[in-house]
Amino acid sequence: MQKQIIEAKGPRPKHLTIGRIGLYCFIVMCALFFLMPLYVMIITSLKDMDEIRSGNLLYIPQTLSFYSWPKAWSEACTGFVCEGLRPGLINSLKITIPSVIVSVSLGAINGYALAFWRFKGAYFFFGLCLFGAFIPYQVMVYPLLKIENAIGIYSSLPGIILVHTIFGMPILTLIFRNFYASLPIDLFKAARIDGGNFLKIFFYVIIPMSTPITIVAIILQVTGIWNDFLLGLIFAGRDNQPMTVQLNNIVQVDFGVAEYNVDMAATILTSMIPLAVYFLSGRWFVRGIAAGAIKG
Amino acid sequence: MNFTKNLASKIALLPMIIISLTVFVGCIIYSFVYSLTGSKLIPALNYVGFTQYERLFKSRKWDVAVENIFIYGFVFTIGCLIIGFLLAVLIDQKIRGESLFRTIFLYPYAMSFVVTGLVWKWVLNPTFGLEHSMHLWGFEWFQLDWLVNRELAIYAVCIAAVWQGAGFVMVLMLAGLRGIDEDIWKSLSIEGVPKWRSYLFVILPMIRPMVITSLVLIAAGVVKVYDLILALTSGGPGYATTTPAMYVMENFFSRANLGQAFAASIIMFLTVVCILAPWAYYEFYFRNKEAKV
Amino acid sequence: MSNSVEVKQLSFNYGKIEILKNLDLNIKDGEFMVLLGPSGCGKTTLLNCIAGLFDLDNGQIIIEGDNVTWKEPKDRHIGMVFQSYALYPSMSVEKNLSFGLRMSNTPKNIIKEKINKASELLQIQELLHRKPSQLSGGQRQRVAIGRALVRDAKVFLFDEPLSNLDAKLRAELRYEIKKLHRDLGNTMIYVTHDQIEAMTLADRIAVMKNGVIQQLDSPKKIYNKPSNLFVADFIGSPSMNFFTGKFLSTNNSFSLGSSLINLNNYQFENRPSDLSDIVFGVRPEDISINNNEENMQFKIELIEPMGADTLIWLSFENIPFSVRIEGSSEYKLGDLISINFDIKRVSIFDKKSELRI
Repeated sequence: MQKQIIEAKGPRPKHLTIGRIGLYCFIVMCALFFLMPLYVMIITSLKDMDEIRSGNLLYIPQTLSFYSWPKAWSEACTGFVCEGLRPGLINSLKITIPSVIVSVSLGAINGYALAFWRFKGAYFFFGLCLFGAFIPYQVMVYPLLKIENAIGIYSSLPGIILVHTIFGMPILTLIFRNFYASLPIDLFKAARIDGGNFLKIFFYVIIPMSTPITIVAIILQVTGIWNDFLLGLIFAGRDNQPMTVQLNNIVQVDFGVAEYNVDMAATILTSMIPLAVYFLSGRWFVRGIAAGAIKG
Repeated sequence: MNFTKNLASKIALLPMIIISLTVFVGCIIYSFVYSLTGSKLIPALNYVGFTQYERLFKSRKWDVAVENIFIYGFVFTIGCLIIGFLLAVLIDQKIRGESLFRTIFLYPYAMSFVVTGLVWKWVLNPTFGLEHSMHLWGFEWFQLDWLVNRELAIYAVCIAAVWQGAGFVMVLMLAGLRGIDEDIWKSLSIEGVPKWRSYLFVILPMIRPMVITSLVLIAAGVVKVYDLILALTSGGPGYATTTPAMYVMENFFSRANLGQAFAASIIMFLTVVCILAPWAYYEFYFRNKEAKV
Repeated sequence: MSNSVEVKQLSFNYGKIEILKNLDLNIKDGEFMVLLGPSGCGKTTLLNCIAGLFDLDNGQIIIEGDNVTWKEPKDRHIGMVFQSYALYPSMSVEKNLSFGLRMSNTPKNIIKEKINKASELLQIQELLHRKPSQLSGGQRQRVAIGRALVRDAKVFLFDEPLSNLDAKLRAELRYEIKKLHRDLGNTMIYVTHDQIEAMTLADRIAVMKNGVIQQLDSPKKIYNKPSNLFVADFIGSPSMNFFTGKFLSTNNSFSLGSSLINLNNYQFENRPSDLSDIVFGVRPEDISINNNEENMQFKIELIEPMGADTLIWLSFENIPFSVRIEGSSEYKLGDLISINFDIKRVSIFDKKSELRI
């Protein structure tokens, strides 16, 4: 209880306490740690090889060199072919877009059926499906390969789309089901009384209300599928290798000189789409993570 | 039972049912069956009992892989939990530029494992990376050549993995923290409890379900790690950073030893079940009991 | 009697919105002061400013002679009970009670002594080892109060503690709070939107609207002589009947349409001017049925039986109004009756200023 020389009146005088300064210092340092790799990626891609060899990893380029970018895009060697990342981008698009559409649609219908049209045993299979989300890919990769081979779609675009749909189904079904379960059931009851059936209610009532969760689902899938490496490597076929696989090939050169600036440019190009999705979607991205984790 | 009742829904869920049975269940059975065979290049039904498993447990490579997954699992899980929680608490302090910081901590999660691996491979490059920078700045004693060090390489993998995954945990923890009733904070303020004690003794127990969920999600992802290691170290130096996942993939595709691969994959699967089962039991049985009170 | 809490010229803004403006309030030692008003009137904000949970924009708070305007909540000699009770869910009752003391390194024997005293007073000795989730609503409230007791708080703040409860439990706990005030004698500041709570618990009520205290008086005075239209309408259930008409000074009457009501028995504080617009307010229980066939007849349009009382609805110049009668009365829809106003107990307000005249 100090004796107050000035009588206390009005708002408390705000002084920056040591604690507050320390807090900001610490959080800024953490931010720097998280930003450092991105920073290194960008500046390395803008240096020429001499500067990289002689200079400091963390220094900004003395002379800006854009050499690595076009090289990464169209000339870098991924194995025996030297066409850069461009074919990879096209392949990734060819893989991602149909996969997202199919997997999200399937997840939506599954979630809808589980939320409103349950039947005996439905939840058992749902539980099985969720359990499948945790199984390591390696356990299922070979038998899946055999199945696709038998159907004739192994090592092709439909093959990889099917695989992404399979592995995306558990989490998508979960988030759609949770979302639909949180909608007022009275809406559904009213639609049934008005004469709606399974499909009609889905298309006319439920889908118009699904915008928030669909955005979340699309973000989850676009990021997950675009960033996938293993499944694309195994199931997409030699002509459809996604960008991530091309990237790995470019960097892990066994012959020739390693061009680190090209490598870094290539990594930036590969992460552009998911980072763009991330920066543009902001809140939705966070909601996506939380939606999957907060089980019903 | 009337099969035509609710027919549309049953048809709609058919893909989920078929996939769950043939892929999720079927593949496990397939893998288990063939792990009891001596298949080499192609799957063959030549029964050899548990020989594949014996060979597996004798393999030096497998030992290293298992050791690595334990180290990685432990460091990655604890690291993500602690750093994720810390970051969430920091952001919860009503700091200015909250969205900016949140964006910065989470963006690594949006990147591919391959990208993460390659970037950190570059940063940790013994000749040109951080170590070199520190030397140029005069800190000659600084050593960060873990990538070429058999003992320490796995820890390099951990750093890259935590860098990518901490943001994910931060988001979950932040959601938990934001769900705390404001009146609890008011009460703590009235009682004059210092902030750090509040977090440790009151708030943390309150978000325990969220912590456990995070723990399970992280742990389940540990066994799957493949892309990151492939990009960062290719399993090296030598096979110092190999993992069960890599062991399986090698035996499938480069070493043409399917039987071994199947055996190893079944062991991976069982590990995941061991982690999940207690949690599932806790979630469904325990939680239901609590809810009834 | 000295003041326990003094609020001087308090201003609080939320962004650009002025929630409280130059508010003054003195609360006497040992008084039970109720802050009453609809949602958004600023009563909770005022409470939070007194507690130190909100930082005020201007003004001072003095508690027990201490200028606490810049002091942390823990240094303000206060204890607070919240609507959600805010009991720490992972701790037992005993740990909940002792948490604050343990954090400030109070010696163990003193903690034990304080907990014993508080739990005895509140009859929660058997509950000490239970967790909050194992307690009933009433028990939780007592623990919440206990938390404030062990800190030797001089002033107790209550933030709508009964709002979450069902009607029966609310009535029980209301009784307990009143008993507690009688036994402890501490100053208590209580926020609520429920006028029944206010009327039963308060020594004085501060009726608030839009951040301004409309009237600060004992419950009886507020009920019988509301100082403006808002207070008159807000207090009293069933609510007061209002008729708007003109004042005729020539015969000291209230004129509505073709009817005339004599106001000779009414004590004006400020006599209105001739032909000015006034509002005539009368409570349902101050209207009686007189069965005088010569007086104006009213038809019963609606009957609301409420058990001990019955509310019958009539209309006067197309304005519906209610009359309270005995629950045992046998009136039916459509019956014609004539009524009497108890002019001594009515309230007259100036239409424009809404103030009592």
